[in-house]
Amino acid sequence: MPTPSLFDIMGPIMIGPSSSHTAGAARLGKMAYKLAGGDIKDVKMYLHGSFAATYRGHGTDKALLAGLLNLNPSDERLRHSFELAAKKGIHYEFIPTNLGENVHPNTVKFVITNSAGETHEITGSSIGGGQVVISDIDGMEVNFTGERPILVTHHKDEPGVISNITFILYEMGINIGNMRVSRSREDHTAHMYIEMDSLTGGDLTAAIRNIPGMLWVKLLLPIDETSGDASRKDSI
Amino acid sequence: MNAQTVIKICQEKGISLSDFALSQESEQDNISKTEILTRFGQMLSVMETAARTARETPIHSVSGLTGGDAYLYEQRRKKRSLLGSTASKAVACALSCSEVNASMGRIVACPTAGSCGIVPAAVLSVQEEYDLPREAIVKGLICAGLVGQIIGEHACLAGAQGGCQAECGSASAMAAAAVVELLGGSPAQSFDAAAIAIKNSLGLVCDPVAGLVEIPCIKRNAGGVMNALTAADMALAGIVSRIPFDDTVDAMNRVGRQLPTALRETAAGGLATTKTGLELAETLKNR
Ligand code: SF4
Repeated sequence: MPTPSLFDIMGPIMIGPSSSHTAGAARLGKMAYKLAGGDIKDVKMYLHGSFAATYRGHGTDKALLAGLLNLNPSDERLRHSFELAAKKGIHYEFIPTNLGENVHPNTVKFVITNSAGETHEITGSSIGGGQVVISDIDGMEVNFTGERPILVTHHKDEPGVISNITFILYEMGINIGNMRVSRSREDHTAHMYIEMDSLTGGDLTAAIRNIPGMLWVKLLLPIDETSGDASRKDSI
Repeated sequence: MNAQTVIKICQEKGISLSDFALSQESEQDNISKTEILTRFGQMLSVMETAARTARETPIHSVSGLTGGDAYLYEQRRKKRSLLGSTASKAVACALSCSEVNASMGRIVACPTAGSCGIVPAAVLSVQEEYDLPREAIVKGLICAGLVGQIIGEHACLAGAQGGCQAECGSASAMAAAAVVELLGGSPAQSFDAAAIAIKNSLGLVCDPVAGLVEIPCIKRNAGGVMNALTAADMALAGIVSRIPFDDTVDAMNRVGRQLPTALRETAAGGLATTKTGLELAETLKNR
């Protein structure tokens, strides 16, 4: 193995007791919150494998919910997430289940209904040391770690929109790491998720918003590990 | 990177292990030394709080299986202790950090959450005894990190992979090296201390009851910091590890691979499958 960085050994600053079952779970919740978009009204969390077996003792349930409330993995309010969710009128449920043979042991599937009435299904795994991977968004296979910025667009499903988006990224010198499109036949729109290696200086969202046929665009930034509050509203 | 080359570079340049680690990190990750020191300063603050909290008030874990021990021990050690002030403070701090972790409090994984009490307990108890400035302790944490980097490169730091020797054993080695540097020992002596600490935890299995980071983890942090302080004290006396650090890491790596899965965080062996261990796991299920 290559030499790990000093910060791989020392840190992160996190809420215990387990980097995979607590810190990673909070991270998954936060990514799901950002990807689902908008305030959450109702969420069902299907817990698989070790998540299903030990979620209470590890506080995986509290951590997942805290993430869905946009709290960071190092936020001390994490352990009070049930109360915070109740205050916000969010309905939540934890359902131990079996998501299949080859699924990572620390996996959760979120079924989220937001205040706009949309339902999203998001699946992700905590793969160790607090690191996570989102593997599925609404039936679309993805591979997002939350360590790099993600661009999400909702646009008209017509020729030219996607090439306009990638052209803007090209012009700004941004490299695409992972990209997926899902189309909705009913209203002829599509969602696109682009994981980028890094951002450059320009105003990416403003440029993309101006593309004809664009309905909305949002940029999800990597989680800031050290800040204990949710003041950085835009981080994943 | 291995200890042998690092020691040589430090000797040639006349620098400490933490100086070496600081420069290396700054160059490789393109981040300023000031930024690194600031981030380690933040970690130290979190450690200080975690090492204090459970000594001042009894706190309990989320599962209800453990808690209150750091407080109990603090009461005794204030009156008397077999260990003397530095070592007993270290034990109390290690228990406190681990209990804070189990209660969903804020800690610094170093190298993991399960072993989060060992490095802070070692450096904070030594700081108090020798009245060292905060900046020195921050450098001590960086020295600990360097030792972990070498272990991570040649073995591993996760109980699921290498057993508890990889978590609490590595943490003890990291803490031992840091304490030696804090007290003016040479880079070679730091690695002697780290080697001794690894030798004393080789083969330690990971067998958490009910799969939770509580039993035996909390007390293993107390044992781990004692191991670190003992190793550091020996190295400072000039005692050399006959097996050099790099070789002990190699041994740890091989032993880890030879450990059956049942003894690598699966709760399928060791203390987890004792009569009491199984009963405790059962009570949690039925709650
Ligand atoms: S027993 Fe296992 S879970 Fe507990 S501290 Fe050791 S390695 Fe970590």
